[in-house]
Amino acid sequence: MLSAIIVFPGSNCDRDVQVALKQSFGTAPRMVWHAETELPAADLIVVPGGFSYGDYLRAGSMAALAPAMREVSKLAQKGVPVLGICNGFQILCESNLLPGALIRNSGLRFVCRDVYLSVENPDTVFTRGYSVGQCVRMPIAHHDGNYVAPLETLDCLSSEGRIAFKYCDDKGIASEVANPNGSARNIAGIFNERKNVLGMMPHPERLADPALGGIDGRAMFEALAGKVFS
Amino acid sequence: MTDAPPITNDMIAEHGLTQDEYSKVIEILGRNPNLVELGIFSVMWSEHCSYKSSRHWLKRLPTEASWVIQGPGENAGVIDIGDGQAAIFKMESHNHPSFIEPYQGAATGVGGILRDVFTMGARPIANMNALRFGHPDDEKTRHLVSGVVAGIGGYGNCVGVPTVGGECNFHHAYDGNILVNAMTVGVADTDKIFYSAAAGIGNSVVYVGSKTGKDGIHGATMASAEFTDDAEEKRPTVQVGDPFTEKLLIEACLELMRTDSIVAIQDMGAAGLTSSSVEMASKGQVGIELNMDLVPVREKGMSPYEIMLSESQERMLMVIKPGSEITAREIFQKWGLDFEIIGHVTDTNHLVLKSGTQTVCDIPVPPLVSEAPIYERSWVQPPPPAPLPTSTPADNVPIEDALFRMMAAPDLCSRRWIWEQYDHMVMTDTVQRPGGDAAVVRVHGTEKALAITTDCTPRYCVADPLEGGRQTVAEAWRNLIAVGARPLAVTDNLNFGNPERPEVMGQFVGCIEGMAEACKYLDFPVVSGNVSLYNETNGSAILPTPAIGGVGLIENLRNMTSIVLPPDNHLFLVGQTKGHMGASIWLHEIGGVEAGNPPPVVLEIERKNGEFIHQCIKEHVITACHDISDGGLLVALAEMALAGGCGADITVEPNGIPLSHYCFGEDQGRYLVATKDKIIIAEMANKSGIELTYLGESGGNTLTVNNRAPISLESLRNAHEGWFPEYMAG
Repeated sequence: MLSAIIVFPGSNCDRDVQVALKQSFGTAPRMVWHAETELPAADLIVVPGGFSYGDYLRAGSMAALAPAMREVSKLAQKGVPVLGICNGFQILCESNLLPGALIRNSGLRFVCRDVYLSVENPDTVFTRGYSVGQCVRMPIAHHDGNYVAPLETLDCLSSEGRIAFKYCDDKGIASEVANPNGSARNIAGIFNERKNVLGMMPHPERLADPALGGIDGRAMFEALAGKVFS
Repeated sequence: MTDAPPITNDMIAEHGLTQDEYSKVIEILGRNPNLVELGIFSVMWSEHCSYKSSRHWLKRLPTEASWVIQGPGENAGVIDIGDGQAAIFKMESHNHPSFIEPYQGAATGVGGILRDVFTMGARPIANMNALRFGHPDDEKTRHLVSGVVAGIGGYGNCVGVPTVGGECNFHHAYDGNILVNAMTVGVADTDKIFYSAAAGIGNSVVYVGSKTGKDGIHGATMASAEFTDDAEEKRPTVQVGDPFTEKLLIEACLELMRTDSIVAIQDMGAAGLTSSSVEMASKGQVGIELNMDLVPVREKGMSPYEIMLSESQERMLMVIKPGSEITAREIFQKWGLDFEIIGHVTDTNHLVLKSGTQTVCDIPVPPLVSEAPIYERSWVQPPPPAPLPTSTPADNVPIEDALFRMMAAPDLCSRRWIWEQYDHMVMTDTVQRPGGDAAVVRVHGTEKALAITTDCTPRYCVADPLEGGRQTVAEAWRNLIAVGARPLAVTDNLNFGNPERPEVMGQFVGCIEGMAEACKYLDFPVVSGNVSLYNETNGSAILPTPAIGGVGLIENLRNMTSIVLPPDNHLFLVGQTKGHMGASIWLHEIGGVEAGNPPPVVLEIERKNGEFIHQCIKEHVITACHDISDGGLLVALAEMALAGGCGADITVEPNGIPLSHYCFGEDQGRYLVATKDKIIIAEMANKSGIELTYLGESGGNTLTVNNRAPISLESLRNAHEGWFPEYMAG
C-alpha cells in the first residue's frame, strides 16, 4: 500500500499525517511538492492541514491552483481515494472536488479543542473502521471551518449519504451547542458523489497515538491501509 | 565619507543618546558621526540592545552546569538533553509594541523568538508565553487581551509550532504597560548547532527572507523609553508580521543547515540589519562591509539610514562558505524567499556601509560593542509592604464561598478562552496540553519529553523583591518536578519600570539576588534571557515581573504525572502548612487587601521536597501531582478535581490555624499528590524526612472538607470556566 502527501508552502500538518500513515501503512508516504506535475502511483492521496500560502486571499484558494492539485483532481476522477484534512478540506472545496465552502467560524475566533463526531456513513473506504452512529473524538484547530452550501446541496449530501461526520456531544447528539464553528447541519466532513474523496475539518492524525490521549483517528488510517479494525 | 548635515543637539536627544554618550561616539570615531552612524550608535547603545542598566547585575545569575552547552550571549540558550540532542530556548518581551498595537505587537513577538531559536539550528517544537494585563475594569484591558491572544495564535498557528501553555495575570499596575513575554523551545542535534560569529575573510554575507521596508524603524529605541500619553502615536514603530514567510524561512534555513554551507547565522531582530551585522562582526572579531544598494527593499528610494534601522520581520543574515552560494540560493528560491549576497567579511574590524560609490558609514566594531555605556544605577531598598491587617472581611467568609469566588477570580479562573485560540497540538507531540503545572512535549520520534513552564508571582516580587525572585525560580522548578521532569535550566524575562528611579532599580537588584540564590541552590542555571525596562506610563511603573521560563527533561514518558485526579486514590499533602496569608490571592480576592510579606521560600526544603516527589514519580508511587501555589491547598485540590472530573473527601487538622488559612495559605515547597499505596509513600517520606500529611480519598463528584457541606464539582466548574468568556463577551 502506497500513500502520498501533497506539501504546499505553508502546510504544517504534513509531518503529522506522515507519522500516522507510516504507522498504519507500514511504508513511509511519498511527500509531493506542490509544484510537481506528476504524482507517484498511490493508493491514497492526502491533502494535509496548515496554512497553504498563508491562507492569504482565502483559505485554500491559491493551493487549489497548484500544479500538483491538477493531478490530484485527475486521480480523484479515476477513483483514487483523496483525503483532505482541515486546510486540505478547504483546498478540496476550492478545487471543486467537493461542494460548498468553509467560511470564518461563527465565533470569529480560531478554535483548537477536541470535539466529538458522530459517524454518519461507515460504508466507505475511509470510514469502514467505524460503525454507524459511533461517537468518536478528534481535535479541531481552525479559523475557517464553518461549512456552508446551498440548501439543495445540503439536502443532496444528506440524502446521498455523503455526510461523513457531524459534530455532536459526548452522547452522540448533533446539537447546536456541540457545533464548534456554526457549520450547516453540524457538518464536520463530507464525501464526493463517488465517495472516494473525503474532506473533514477535524484532524484524525492528531489522535492516532495513545501517548497523545486517544486513538479514535487511527481507525481511519487503518481502514485506508486495508486493515480490519474493530 | 560624505558631506553630511551636522548633527544637532535635538537629533542626539531624539536618538535617545545623552551628551556624555555622544561625546564617546565622537571619541570612538575621531570625528563627528553622520546620521547613519548616529542611528547605529543609538540603537546599539539603547537599553534594549546594550543592557546598559542591567548588565552589571545580570552577572550575578549562575549560568553554568555540566549540561549547559551555551549560556547567555548567543541568540538562545542551549542545553544537553542526551542522545546527541540539545534543547534550545529563550524568552523575550514585546511589551511596548503590544500595548500600542496588540495583534501585531504580540504576533511579531512570537516571530522574533522563533527566529532566535531556529537561527541556532533547532526546529522549534513549542511556544509558551507569560502575559500581564491591566485590571479587568480598565477600559483598554478587554481590547488588549483580545488582540494579544489573537496575535499570538495568528502567528504560532500559521507557522505550525504548538503554543502549549503560559500564564496570565491582571493588575492595575499594568493598565498602561501590558507585558507580552514569548518563549520558544526547539530541538537540535548537538553537532548541528549554529552560532553567530562571522569568520573567513572574504566570505559572502547573505541576506535572506523578506524584503526590508520602512516598518519598525527605531523600535528598539522606543522600547527603551517610558510611555507618556502619546503612546498611540508610536504605532509606526511597530512591525507587521508575516507568519507564512516565517514558516518558509524556518524550512529554508533548516534545509540549508543540513548542507554544511553556513559559517554563521543571525536573525534580524531588534535594530534589524544593524545589530545583526554588528553582532556577527563583533563575535567573530572581524569586519563586515555591506552594500546598501543590494539589500532587497520593498520600496524604492530607501535611505541607508532607513535600511539599517528598519525592523521589518522575517529576515536573516548569514555568512556562508565559499562555493556554497549556488546551493544556498537554490534552496531559498525553492521556498520563494529573497536571497542576496549583500557584502563580505573583512579583516578591518570595521562596519563599513557603501551606497553607490560612497561610504555612508565606517564604525570600528570593537568599541561600538565594548564601550557601550554601562551604568551602575543607584538603588534603594524598596519600602516594605503594608502590614497584614489583624482582620479582614475574608475572616467571616466560609471556605466553600471563598473557594467559589477564588476559582472564578481573574487570576485563578480557567484560561481555556485563551489557549483554545492557540493550536496547541500541531506537530502531534503535545503529551500534556495547557492547564496543568507544565506543558509536556515529546521529543519527536523518542520516548523522552521536555516539560516547559512559565512563572512569576509579581505580587510577591513587589512586596519583597528578594523573596519574590527566589519564589519565581522555585515555582518554575516545582512545576517541572510536578510532572515528573528533572528541571534543567531557565530563560528569564526581566520586566521592570524605569531603572533611573532608585526604587525601581532596588526591585531589580532584589529580584536578581533572589533568583540567583534559588538558581544556584536548585542547579537551575540561566542560559538565556531578556531585560525589558521602562515599563511605565507617566511615572507609574508595573509590578516587578521577572518572568521565568523553565525547561526540564522527562527521560521516559512512562515516568510522567499530571494534575488529573483519578478516583479511589489516597490524597497526601507534601510539605509544611503554616497558613501564610501575606500577599495571598485569598487576602486580595476575599479580603480586598494587598498586604503582608510573601511566603518565605526555604531552598533546602524546596529541594528536599522536590527530590522526594521526583523519586515518587519515577518509582510510580504517585498517580497525580500538583504543586500548591496561588490560592493554596484547596484551590490546588479543586484544580486537580476539575481536571480529573473526580471529587474528593478530605479532613484537615489546622492545629490552631484558622481553617481558611490552612486551606488558602500559600506556604511554599508544597505538593498535593494522589497515591494508590498509603504505606509505601509514608515509608518513603519517613526515610527522607519529608513532612507528609494524609488528607483523604478521591472519588465521587463533590469536594468535601471536614464533613462540611459538599461542593458540587459541576457548579465549581461553571464558576471556574465562566469568568473569562463572560468577561470577554462583555
